[in-house]
Amino acid sequence: MMVLIVGAGRVGSAVARSALAAGHDVSILDEDPLSHERLEVGMDTSWEDAGGRFTVGTALEIEALEAAGVAEADVFIASTDGDNTNLVIAQIAQRRFGVPKVIVRVLDPARSDWYAQQGLHTICPTKSAIAELEEALGAMG
Amino acid sequence: MYVLIVGGGKVGLNLTRELVAKGHEVTLIEGDRSLYLRIEQELEHAVQYGDGTELWVLERAGIQRADLVVAVTGDDEDNILICQVAKEKYLCDRIIARCNNPRNLQHFKLLGIVPAVSATDLILNLIEHEVPGHGLVHLLDLPDEQLEIIEVEVVEGAPAQGRRVSELGLPEGSLVISVLPRNGGGFVPKADTVINVGDEVLIVLDPGLEEAITAQFAPDGLVG
Repeated sequence: MMVLIVGAGRVGSAVARSALAAGHDVSILDEDPLSHERLEVGMDTSWEDAGGRFTVGTALEIEALEAAGVAEADVFIASTDGDNTNLVIAQIAQRRFGVPKVIVRVLDPARSDWYAQQGLHTICPTKSAIAELEEALGAMG
Repeated sequence: MYVLIVGGGKVGLNLTRELVAKGHEVTLIEGDRSLYLRIEQELEHAVQYGDGTELWVLERAGIQRADLVVAVTGDDEDNILICQVAKEKYLCDRIIARCNNPRNLQHFKLLGIVPAVSATDLILNLIEHEVPGHGLVHLLDLPDEQLEIIEVEVVEGAPAQGRRVSELGLPEGSLVISVLPRNGGGFVPKADTVINVGDEVLIVLDPGLEEAITAQFAPDGLVG
């Protein structure tokens, strides 16, 4: 399976490493070359030697998406640090490139819910944090 | 008319002023605290503070009853999303988006955000229209109807020079609809109208025929 991850911050890079370890083809698009370094933290070899791909570029640039292999992607993960960027590029991947599976990280719970109703697979870390905090609070009685 | 404007930069602020002066009800949303405070001195209750891409901020500003939503922030993703929720979630009939980077215009179109206004493109169109010798000017593009109207200037040495309209050898799917001579007084040509150097010729055509057409009006058939 070919997985394209846009935005290799803490979340994106961790998912990229585990996807590669699981035997998938993994390509990363990030505008900051520094995230390439973060990606290799804790790895024995370089990201490329391990079989990964890395493209430096901005997600809204079609050329950058194409260079990162959006046309061949089976899964597209939008995990930049901007909700609005993620929501726009996810829809581009879905509608323009017909990527079969598109997953979007959206920090704002309200828009995460609404875009999920519109057919996007959204992941909302804020909701997970709220649930965990509520659970921790509940456990204290 | 109730107009909701997101983005209190130069465009948003001046737009708000003009619309208020015309007697419309306007709410401007600005997400930068210090900019908001400055604008608030002038506009008072007509400006609200908040991230205009968040649903509760839009709802607080009354997006449900807005007749028009205008997204003019400096961020294209924000403008796309604001207009998308305005149209698809709040069923607002009319939206206008600002496109900061003309290369993003394709994304606005893909997601149905029209009209998207790009200042760069507007100025570029003006330059193409005003700077002589640039060859071809797009006067009207109707992509859905597969129709364009262009204007070309007849330059010295062009194949069309001195020919009748009927002899121009224009490709199938194109038609000369008007001739604007250099000394003014445009007219609808007949088949035997002679085309002279300096004339501007208006042609209606199917998209994609531009090159074949401009070749007739450029010197030695070359497109400049």
